[in-house]
Amino acid sequence: MNQQQADIVIVGGGGAGLRAAIAAAESNPGLDILLLSKVYPMRSHTVAAEGGCAGVIQAHDSVDAHFDDTVAGGDWLCDQDVVNYFVRHATEENLRLEHWGCPWSRKPDGSINVRAFGGMQIERTWFAADKTGFHILHTLFQTSLKYPGIRRCDEYFCTDLLVEDGHCAGLLAIDMRSGEQTLIAASAVILATGGAARVYRYNTNGGIVTGDGMALAYRQGVPLRDMEFVQYHPTGLPGSGILITEAARGEGGVLTNREGYRYLQDYGLGPETPLGQPQNKQMELGPRDRLSQAFWHEEQAGRTVATERGAAVYLDLRHLGEQHIQERLPFIRDLARTYVNVDAVHEPIPVRPTAHYTMGGIQTDRHTATCLPGLYAVGECASVGLHGANRLGSNSLAELSVFGRLAGEQAAERAAQGLAVDPQRLRPQAEAQAAGREALRTANGPERLAALRDEMACAMEGGIGIFRVPAQMSATVEKIAELKARYQQLGLKDGSRAFNTEWLQAIELGFLLDVAEAMSHAALARQESRGSHQRPEDFPARNDALFLKHSLARQQQGGAAEVSWQDVVITRSAPGERHYGGKATGEAGR
Amino acid sequence: MSDTIELAVTRYRPEQDTQPWEQRYTVPCSDDMSVLDALNYIKDALDPSLSHRWSCRMAICGSCGVMVNGEPKLSCKTFLRDYREAGVLEVRALDNLPVERDLVADISGVVEHIEAVKPWLIRHSEAPVDTAHSQTPAQMARYHAFSQCINCALCYAACPQFGRNPAFLGPAALTLAQRYNLDSRDEGSSERMPWLNAEEGVWSCTFVGYCSEVCPKDVDPASAINRGKVASDINYGVNLFRLLRGKGDA
Repeated sequence: MNQQQADIVIVGGGGAGLRAAIAAAESNPGLDILLLSKVYPMRSHTVAAEGGCAGVIQAHDSVDAHFDDTVAGGDWLCDQDVVNYFVRHATEENLRLEHWGCPWSRKPDGSINVRAFGGMQIERTWFAADKTGFHILHTLFQTSLKYPGIRRCDEYFCTDLLVEDGHCAGLLAIDMRSGEQTLIAASAVILATGGAARVYRYNTNGGIVTGDGMALAYRQGVPLRDMEFVQYHPTGLPGSGILITEAARGEGGVLTNREGYRYLQDYGLGPETPLGQPQNKQMELGPRDRLSQAFWHEEQAGRTVATERGAAVYLDLRHLGEQHIQERLPFIRDLARTYVNVDAVHEPIPVRPTAHYTMGGIQTDRHTATCLPGLYAVGECASVGLHGANRLGSNSLAELSVFGRLAGEQAAERAAQGLAVDPQRLRPQAEAQAAGREALRTANGPERLAALRDEMACAMEGGIGIFRVPAQMSATVEKIAELKARYQQLGLKDGSRAFNTEWLQAIELGFLLDVAEAMSHAALARQESRGSHQRPEDFPARNDALFLKHSLARQQQGGAAEVSWQDVVITRSAPGERHYGGKATGEAGR
Repeated sequence: MSDTIELAVTRYRPEQDTQPWEQRYTVPCSDDMSVLDALNYIKDALDPSLSHRWSCRMAICGSCGVMVNGEPKLSCKTFLRDYREAGVLEVRALDNLPVERDLVADISGVVEHIEAVKPWLIRHSEAPVDTAHSQTPAQMARYHAFSQCINCALCYAACPQFGRNPAFLGPAALTLAQRYNLDSRDEGSSERMPWLNAEEGVWSCTFVGYCSEVCPKDVDPASAINRGKVASDINYGVNLFRLLRGKGDA
């Protein structure tokens, strides 16, 4: 077994991990910071974020308005102290990215341009055409190269956290090229591994988005918080689930059913806005949970369009004109042409909701620290308390910078305290873990990896989807338990070490099953409807008396997840009704 | 019209194989299946030991580059339907790069070249981070296309110069240097110039232009490198002038 040591090791080289690395290097240039990822950093799924990154910049906007939109958008399950910190730091971080070279789209006078986004009462979404995540990721990656304190282990796959005397003291990883296992001791570990929507059959996520960090923490007794809240993005391509950005609606695109009718007006989002004149928080600029739910009702009513790739509605951009589409949404045009053979200039794009984002994640305090000393979590893998029961589009890219920086600074502070554990002391547990991984590589049971993965994805789609009914939810809980048992009987065909992706996918499936377990148990336990968690049959209303609380799923030794509850931090916004459509007008500017 | 198609995949497993060898797989062929879909079908249904890289499925992460019938392609943006007449697709790891295993090319050298050109915004003095630099759409247009590179390395597989000399910085790295040199906010072009000027810089390019042809994001590295040659020429001229006036290096 190879052995390494660092002051800080960061798992994940997406926006959050890179921002954390830079922050740690800037706050203490003497630190040895190791950025470890199963892919080269620019492959990380931040790259696929399209529409934009929130931050108040217009004179008539305010951080209080951003706060209100975020808290109401999250159906009051956001920790308001966290939201307050976030809205006050988002713009500064966007400006920092600008100073690092991010090509934010500009107005003709050279100043920053912003666009409208769902659930936001004033335009505050910074964008780089429709490749915002791509540009943020490459800007951060390229900027990270100028800090000598940051070194990388590219294509290292983290398999286990190492805990000594109640502190996170390092991790175990596979060098993918050789298949060698490597022990890395560190004073602080930051998990920045992204989301987990690959537990679903249809999703917008890349193949790498497998909940690794969530499962790593969960296995060490760290609670996963609010895991029942999974965001279905209203506009993915049918079949593949490829993301068609909300910015398409921010720019004025409209959604129509098979009758050409803008159906959102029937779901509390109207009145209908004139074509080409989108209104904030109205119709197509409602929040994602409401839009995805409206699709479900349309499908039930038989008003969706049957395509070769399943039911869809139409996202119509034609009235925007070729020049505007080419300037603001060139990637969307390219994606629709490539993957569904539609030129958005001349035809509407078929779209449907697909799993997109995990609002929940590894429980942290407002400074990104988990309950396991030495372990931090940030970005989509974490639940810092920002998104509540439904995330607003463009808040998550801003989250990466705001909290990535905080995580880097926190870890740097800890690393300066001289808490490093001698790698030799970690050796026995690392070797025990490594032996388990080796056994999996050569496992010869009867179960097949692809079959288990597909059964899991279908079970999650069926039970923990846009609307959740009790019988199906229970069936999913049972199915996940069954799959976890069958996972122990896996048989792998490869058996070699070098770049053995079957082995790595098997480890990922183990992560996914743990995440699916937490999601399904938390969904069953939350007996109300809130944000993206809707139980129309048994608990159709929000219940603040019992469930104005975060769920905490903890892994039980040898058993299912145990769910407990944590109070939500409310500072100044008492839970109220979420107003969208015409009702929202009275709220604007409040 | 056949509903299956054959993939002839070049395999190489460093622990077992002394040489690359070809393995044939028959996969279903529908209109919307990409080469990546076919590779994932093989992995799931036919042969779990085949290794290939992929992630986003939407041509933005840059992971899944391979040679398809001799051309560098993103497997997620290349469709089986376009090879129906050929009847067979030959798939191998990207040319000009060492192979780690099967379709997994070793891109660490390419990434090192990208890192070498100081691809970050260089300023002589750090401005306070409370305002944005002004940059008009016209100023952005000067470098914007060059900022679209996804580091997929298809251009390296296409570049005959890189094939002959892996020390050549190559299309993506030189384009990235130009991306920053042409950014109105940047003041670092003189720091990057040694890299552009060096033997392994722009002058190694013989302007074959195949890099631009295979680029899946229309970055046009060939034109970036050509502009680099002009900049390098001007830089040479300025240096010579200063040298003659006794001002030393610029």
